[in-house]
Amino acid sequence: MRSPTLGKIDNLPEIFGQKFALDLFTRGNFSRQFELQVKEKANQGLIHGPIYLSIGTEFNSAALSLSLENPLIFGQHRGHSLYLSFGGSPDPLRDELLGLSTGCSYGVGGSCCIQCKEINMFGHSGLLGEQVPLAVGACFAKKQLTLTIFGDAAIEEDYVAPALGWAVTQDLPIIFICEDNDLSVLTKTEDRRSWKAVDLANSLNMYAVDIADDPWLIAHHVKKICESGKPGFINIRTVRGIWHAGTGVDNDLEWNRYELVEKEIEAMDLSQEMIEINLKNKERVDLIWQKLQQK
Amino acid sequence: MAKTTAEVIREITSNHLLNNNGLMFGQSLKGAGWLGGTIPDCKGLVDLPITDIAGPGFAVGAALMNIRPIFLVRYQGFLWLNASPLINYAAKSISIWNRPCPLFIRAVGMEGDGIGPVASGCLHSIFMHPPGMKVVAPMTPGEYQDVWDDFYSNEDPVFVSEHRSSYPISKEMPDIINQKSKITIMAISAARINALEAIDELVKDGVDCDIFHIVNLKPFKTSDQLLLSLNSTKLGIVIDTDFETCGASQSIAYDLMLKTGAKIYGYGLADKVSGVSIETQNLTPSKLEIKDKIKLILDQNDY
Repeated sequence: MRSPTLGKIDNLPEIFGQKFALDLFTRGNFSRQFELQVKEKANQGLIHGPIYLSIGTEFNSAALSLSLENPLIFGQHRGHSLYLSFGGSPDPLRDELLGLSTGCSYGVGGSCCIQCKEINMFGHSGLLGEQVPLAVGACFAKKQLTLTIFGDAAIEEDYVAPALGWAVTQDLPIIFICEDNDLSVLTKTEDRRSWKAVDLANSLNMYAVDIADDPWLIAHHVKKICESGKPGFINIRTVRGIWHAGTGVDNDLEWNRYELVEKEIEAMDLSQEMIEINLKNKERVDLIWQKLQQK
Repeated sequence: MAKTTAEVIREITSNHLLNNNGLMFGQSLKGAGWLGGTIPDCKGLVDLPITDIAGPGFAVGAALMNIRPIFLVRYQGFLWLNASPLINYAAKSISIWNRPCPLFIRAVGMEGDGIGPVASGCLHSIFMHPPGMKVVAPMTPGEYQDVWDDFYSNEDPVFVSEHRSSYPISKEMPDIINQKSKITIMAISAARINALEAIDELVKDGVDCDIFHIVNLKPFKTSDQLLLSLNSTKLGIVIDTDFETCGASQSIAYDLMLKTGAKIYGYGLADKVSGVSIETQNLTPSKLEIKDKIKLILDQNDY
């Protein structure tokens, strides 16, 4: 079932066009470069406390940010790319990871609990999946498009299934994203449960799909859910590039989405543009850390 | 005729739902006799599915949208499940994210009548333990109105420990201060009713007592009169309707003991499960139990 082409629809990159591809790369590439710098700083011992890096999943966030207009956002740990892709300022994120009072959660929450008021991103408390009922309640009160993201382990939490159910009952405009890397720390899904997340959502009569982390595919299904104005569920088979916490690297990645996206954009004759974006992002990320030294 | 506490609760709720576009979340809102007449029949009632952890999560999410929702807990025994999003998110929201999460938590306590271990009792003490949650236990119409007005004047979440025995009360309960009191009684929630009855008995036996009604459990504020009383009697007791061990009574007694040097006892429910039968039930200390306890304390302290 796990495959980089799960649910693939041909010609989506062409349908979405060049601008989408370049915007996607801009956001995903920026997140990756930011995270690689964070990894380096952590390895230098500058970051205190656990960090949860988005490396490997940055194009999920980039695709969501290009497909959703001004949603309420309730994420979880490994949310740096979500924060950055939706336009959160990188400086307060940097400061949060460094435990500074100028951090996006005032140096109190750390990597797991980042928030950004400017993009309506709410902090996570650390309890897996707790954000899902909160997101449903916020959506119910505000009747505003809402995005909530959790993992394949968090969906097993007691309170997630009732939250999915109540969103259907109330017919709320909310998108549930399950980033499924098949791991709870190091325990595989098959060792924890026999059921599939997508089947759970389907059983609640919700639009639900199980797809690979192909960003065009994500954007396609998000668009369909948004057009319906109803709740929808996307299980995204993804591959984390970094351990659950910290900066270690898992062996033998199942696939490398970053490289696959690069190839797809190269095939659109946009190689030169990618090189330029990469350089610009590198300068921008370097500046973020240089500013810290000046501070 | 003066309004009862139940009538004030219903009016406050109705006004909030009708005039502020407020929402009240809870399970089975339209059943169980409208919970002692405290729930109005109007728009804004959100009957939740029976999900004791996700349910309060919905209310917390709504509170983050700053609509000041009410979350109703029909029985405080459910709080063991309900507590997670209330304590772990609503109470922390300002401290971590500087995001207001003003949620009015109506937690209804009841006891006796054979309810036994099933969802009974009062559990406000567990909400005093972690940071960030205001905890109050109003009993009278005026106290309840004050609690609501305070909730509306700031952005804090508040845990309201509401006892069913407060619903028919229509009079305020002023503190009682005597010049020749031998002991200072501080009483919480339903224990206030029993304590007032007990001091009537004690007076007959020649024992005068001061009594102070504690509504604000956390943050707990001492009045000058209370400190004066404790400095005078040098002896006190805090009586609660929650468990005594690590509970509000012991916590408040400890704070006041340090502050005044008076010897102050905590007194609440015994450290045992409440049973259905008369012999095994575990209730708020009764009039007679309070009277006996105070006499014992006076004897032990050579009064």
